[in-house]
Amino acid sequence: MKKFITRRLFLIPLTFIGITLILFAIINILPPETLATSYATSDKELTKTEINEIVKKYGLDKPVIERYFKWLANTFKGDMGYSQVAKLPTTKAIINFLPATIELTLFSVIPIFFIGNILGLISAVRKDSITDKIIRFFASLFYSMPSFVIGIFLLLIFYGVLGIFEPQRYSIDTDMLILNGSFVKYTNFMIIDSVLNLNLTVFMDTLKHLFLPATAIFLGTSASFIKITRTSTLEELNKDYVRTLRAKGLEEKYIINKHIRKNILIPQLTIGGLQLIRLLSGVVIIETIFDWPGIGSWGVKCAGQLDISGVMGFAIVVSVLFLIGNLLIDILYAVVDPRIRYD
Amino acid sequence: MLTFKNLYSRIIKNRQATVGVAIILLYIIIAVFAPIIAGVSDTRDPYIAKQHSFSPVPEKPSSKAIFGTTQNQYDIFYSMIWGTRLAFKISVFVVMISLVIGVILGWLSGYYGGWVDDVIMRITDIVLSIPSLILAIVIASILGPGIDKIIAAIAFVSWPSYARLFRSEILKIKSMDFITYSKLAGASSWWIFKKHLIPNSIYSVIVIAALDISNIVLMASSLSFLGLGSPQGYSDWGEVISMSRNWIISSFSNPAAYWHIVVIPSAFMFFFVLAFNMVGDSFRDIFDPNR
Repeated sequence: MKKFITRRLFLIPLTFIGITLILFAIINILPPETLATSYATSDKELTKTEINEIVKKYGLDKPVIERYFKWLANTFKGDMGYSQVAKLPTTKAIINFLPATIELTLFSVIPIFFIGNILGLISAVRKDSITDKIIRFFASLFYSMPSFVIGIFLLLIFYGVLGIFEPQRYSIDTDMLILNGSFVKYTNFMIIDSVLNLNLTVFMDTLKHLFLPATAIFLGTSASFIKITRTSTLEELNKDYVRTLRAKGLEEKYIINKHIRKNILIPQLTIGGLQLIRLLSGVVIIETIFDWPGIGSWGVKCAGQLDISGVMGFAIVVSVLFLIGNLLIDILYAVVDPRIRYD
Repeated sequence: MLTFKNLYSRIIKNRQATVGVAIILLYIIIAVFAPIIAGVSDTRDPYIAKQHSFSPVPEKPSSKAIFGTTQNQYDIFYSMIWGTRLAFKISVFVVMISLVIGVILGWLSGYYGGWVDDVIMRITDIVLSIPSLILAIVIASILGPGIDKIIAAIAFVSWPSYARLFRSEILKIKSMDFITYSKLAGASSWWIFKKHLIPNSIYSVIVIAALDISNIVLMASSLSFLGLGSPQGYSDWGEVISMSRNWIISSFSNPAAYWHIVVIPSAFMFFFVLAFNMVGDSFRDIFDPNR
C-alpha cells in the first residue's frame, strides 16, 4: 500500500502541470493588452504606456510556451498576479478566501457521511415502510434539483419568509467585533478562531451562518450517497454470510454494525468519488447564492469581470481541491479493501 | 447487441422509462412549437424575452402575464417556453460537437494505439481532472456572454468522456475476427471505421450522449445563473432564477410576494432533469440486467 500511495503522490505534480498547461492555453486566447491587466500591482486603472511596459516586461507578445514556463516559475514563487476583484495579490486573496471554503465544505461533507449513512441504512432495514418511502422520495427529489435551485429555495424560505437564518459568513455584530479589534482572526477559520478567542457568541453565530449553505450542499449531494447505501445494504442482507450470522442467533443490529457497514464502504467510496465534482460545483454555486466569502464566490465574480489572474487562481485552487479529494478517496480504498492490489 | 429497435420495446415495457420519455416528449413539443405557444417577441432574435414595460418591480401572475413577470417586466411564461427551446438548442449543439470530436479522437486512440493513444488519453485525463463546471466558468469568462460561447465552453468540457467511451467500444471490437478479415481483404482503415466500427459501437455512445442532455442543460443554466451564460434579457431558465435572488435578499420587500420567479422556473428545470434521470435509471437496468 505504501508503494501505491507514493506512486499516487508522484502523479499529483504531473497532473498539476497538465492542469496549469490547459488553463494557460485557454487564457491565452485573449490579446496581450487584456492579459496585461492581470500583472498590475494595484487596483488603479492602467494607462496605455503602463500596459505596454507590462507587455514588454513579462514578454506577453512572446510565444506561449516561453511565457508558460515563466508564469509557472512565478506561480511556484507565490506570485500569481493581482486580482482586481479582491483588490489583493492573487496569492493573498487565495489565502484569505480558502478557509471559508474549506470550512463550508467540511461542514457539508461530514453530514453526508454520517447522516447519509444512517438514512441509507434505515431505509434499507425498513424496506418498503413509510420511513423508507419518505427517505427515497426526498432523495429522488433533491437528486433531480440543481444545487442553485435548492440554495435559492432555502434562502427564500428560511431567510426571506421565516427570517431565521441569513446569508454571509457572520452577522454585523461579529463584524463590529472584528473591526474594533476585540476579536482576532488567527486562522480565518471562524470556528477555530472563535474557540481561540474564547467567544461563545461568535461560535454560535458562525454555526448559525454555516447551517443554511451547508444544508443546501448536503441536500444536493447526499441523495446518491443515500441511494447507494440503501441498495448495497439490501444486496449484502441477501448474502449467505448474513443468513449464517442470523442462524447463529446474532441480533440484526450487531450484524449491521459489525458486518454490513464494513462491506458497503467500497460502493460508498466509489459514489463519493463520483460525487466530488458535484460537491465542488455545488460549493461554488452555493457560495455565490449565500454571499459566502470563499474561493467560489470570488472566482465567479472574477469570471464576470474578466479578472484573469483571479480566474486562474480560482480554477487552480478548485482543481487542487479536486485532486486532493480524489487522492483521499484512493487512499481510503486501499485502506478499506485489502483485496485491491495496485502493482 | 443494442439497437434502437429492441431498445424501443424495452422502454415500452418499463413504466418508469415510459413516464420519463413522455415528459421529455412534452418538452420537445414545447420547444418545437414555441413560436405558436408563446408568440415571437423580436423577429430578429426570438430568444430575447418579451418585455411588458421597464418597471423594476416584478409583477404577480395575472391575465396579462400568466406566470407573472421578473424585474424589468420580462414575461416569465415567454421565458419558460423559449427557454425550453434554448435548452434543447444548446444541448443538441453541444452533443453534436462533442460527439464528433469524441468519436474521432476515441477512434484514433483506440484503433491506432501506441503514442497516439497515449497523447490523446493523457489530454482527456487532464481535462477530466478539472471539475467541468469550473473549466466551463473559465472558458465562458474568457469568451464573454453569448449562446454560441456557452455551447463552445460546454462542448470543450464534454468531449473527453465521449472519447473515452468510444475508445473502449473500439477496443472491444478491434481484435474481433471480422475486422482482421477486412484488413486481410485490403480494406482501408477509413472503410473499416465507416462500415464496421461506427455501426457496431455508436448506439451506446449515442444513448449516453442523449442522457447527458440534462447535465448539459444544468451546466448551461448554472452558467447563466452565475451571470456568465446567456446575455441579459434572454429566455433562459437559469437567468430568470438569478433575477429572483435580489428580491429575496433585499430587506425592504416581502420576499414571499415574489415566489413565482423562483417556483416556476425551478419547476420547469426540475421536471426536465427528473425525466432524464428516470430514463437514465431505467436504462441502467436495461444495460445491466444483473442489477
